[in-house]
Amino acid sequence: MKVWKFGDNIDTDMLFPGKYVYTCSTAEEVKPHLLEDLDPSFAKTVKEGDIIIAGKNFGCGSSREQPVLGLKAAGVKAVIAESFARIFYRASINQGLILIECLEAVKGYSEGDEIKLDIDRGTIVVGGKQFSFPKLPKEIIAIRDAGGLLPYTRAKLKNK
Amino acid sequence: MGKTFVEKLLAKYVGLEEVVPSQIVTVHPDHLLTHDNTAAIIQKIKPELEQYGIYSGSLSIIALDHVIPAASEKTATNHKLIREFVKKFKIENFFDVGAGVCHQLVVENGLALPGKLLLGSDSHTCSYGAIGAFSSGIDRTEAASLMLTGETWLKVPNSIKMNLNGKLKPGVYAKDVVLHIIGDISASGANYCSVEFHGDVDQFSVEDRFTISNMGVEMGAKNAVFLVDEITKKYLASIGIKESSYDTIYPDSDASYFKELSYELPGIVPVIACPHTVDNVKPVTELAGLEINQCLIGTCTNGRLSDLKVAAEILNGKKISPNVRLLILPASKEVLQKALKEGLIETLIEAGGTLLPPGCGPCLGAHQGALAPGEKCLSTANRNFKGRMGCKEAEIYLASPATVAASAIYGKVTDPREVI
Repeated sequence: MKVWKFGDNIDTDMLFPGKYVYTCSTAEEVKPHLLEDLDPSFAKTVKEGDIIIAGKNFGCGSSREQPVLGLKAAGVKAVIAESFARIFYRASINQGLILIECLEAVKGYSEGDEIKLDIDRGTIVVGGKQFSFPKLPKEIIAIRDAGGLLPYTRAKLKNK
Repeated sequence: MGKTFVEKLLAKYVGLEEVVPSQIVTVHPDHLLTHDNTAAIIQKIKPELEQYGIYSGSLSIIALDHVIPAASEKTATNHKLIREFVKKFKIENFFDVGAGVCHQLVVENGLALPGKLLLGSDSHTCSYGAIGAFSSGIDRTEAASLMLTGETWLKVPNSIKMNLNGKLKPGVYAKDVVLHIIGDISASGANYCSVEFHGDVDQFSVEDRFTISNMGVEMGAKNAVFLVDEITKKYLASIGIKESSYDTIYPDSDASYFKELSYELPGIVPVIACPHTVDNVKPVTELAGLEINQCLIGTCTNGRLSDLKVAAEILNGKKISPNVRLLILPASKEVLQKALKEGLIETLIEAGGTLLPPGCGPCLGAHQGALAPGEKCLSTANRNFKGRMGCKEAEIYLASPATVAASAIYGKVTDPREVI
């Protein structure tokens, strides 16, 4: 597992350039351009189970959901940041990508530290130190547990 | 305890006596806005659309604006798919290529009204706070789900009260105010919050307010609202909306705010947001003389009649520097027609400008007006992210239409107060 460390204000153009927004929509189309302008090595070497650690306002900018689709499809286990932009946060709930807002964990991380997550208990261990983060409201957990918003909506329509 | 604008509005929409920050509520928005991304949205739910149809033909507002006219077979096919969807499901509010930027169209056509709730799969959906609506951006998947069910969840946000005190000095505009605020509180300074503007806001027209609310998302806000006043009512009357057709919502005088900030407007100067974040804001004077290659006046942030007027007044009888391209991007066909009638377009073209069709144009780097490595663009748009205008080795600077017009004359960043 690799931990990718980035700074503050990682915006949606860095995560997925706008010039591809209307030509690439599926996860497969998105993956090769993921983080293209931020770290060209990312798309080539990211592996299932990798974690991203970032500073403030991760995912700020556009409402495009390709960054989320791409990170999820690439197997990114979680993004841990000091804070997230709200549309990116919603999009991640809707795709089932795990986001963890935990300033202490970000500040406490040094290169090479091992990271262990327990989403249900709301705990994260970084380099041997444990931090906690608030659990999601039950309404949001229901979407996550359904496998994302569209499976959740499909089930709702079916039961009507 | 008194309630803020957003607390009152959301309580009304869920039929509760009151709601409190952090509460999760299920809402049925009045409208759902989607644009060129409608193609991707409807493809996600193809079988469900066949089986269940859409929730309602009056919910959706669809505008083709992001890549118009189509730039490739792929984008043309997307547009075709959307037109077929609109016909099949009898979408009541559809705007085809050339009508304008979606946000401008929503306001111009009276689809966003005071006290209404709108969601849209575009981050600048927050613009409709300019006329006292609650509006906010969502992603494509959520738009797809809304098309099917007509409902979604919202978390009741904390509210920030921003007092704008005193009068702006000449040469300083609404764009300078919002950039100044973002520079002050940072690009995440209002994250997840509802921003309310108070104070001496009667100096701001609905067009000015649009510029400020449009950039609410650039400070992280969920929505950014100007409360309804005589200026709002007059504007709505001018587009044929009767006062009886909307509901005005005002915060209580003892409402509880998460934060209260005050800005003294007479002290604000023309500013520029420097690469590559919108909160990297500096006075124009600090950048004066910086050579630029392209100037863009327009977009959903600053492509309205008053913006083109300011630019035309500065460029009247002048020629732009041979070292710059000046792109003119009206926010809608209606704006373009009014600007044509008033002779503004002629002035801008005579000065050396290139007219683009009403739409999103070069703002998002998908087609027209892309930049080359090493180039600098001074733009009235809302974002200067690295790579936004198609090239990661180019730089984007954001400013008011006056600053951009003045700078186009010299091919260098120029303080508009020197030329007006």
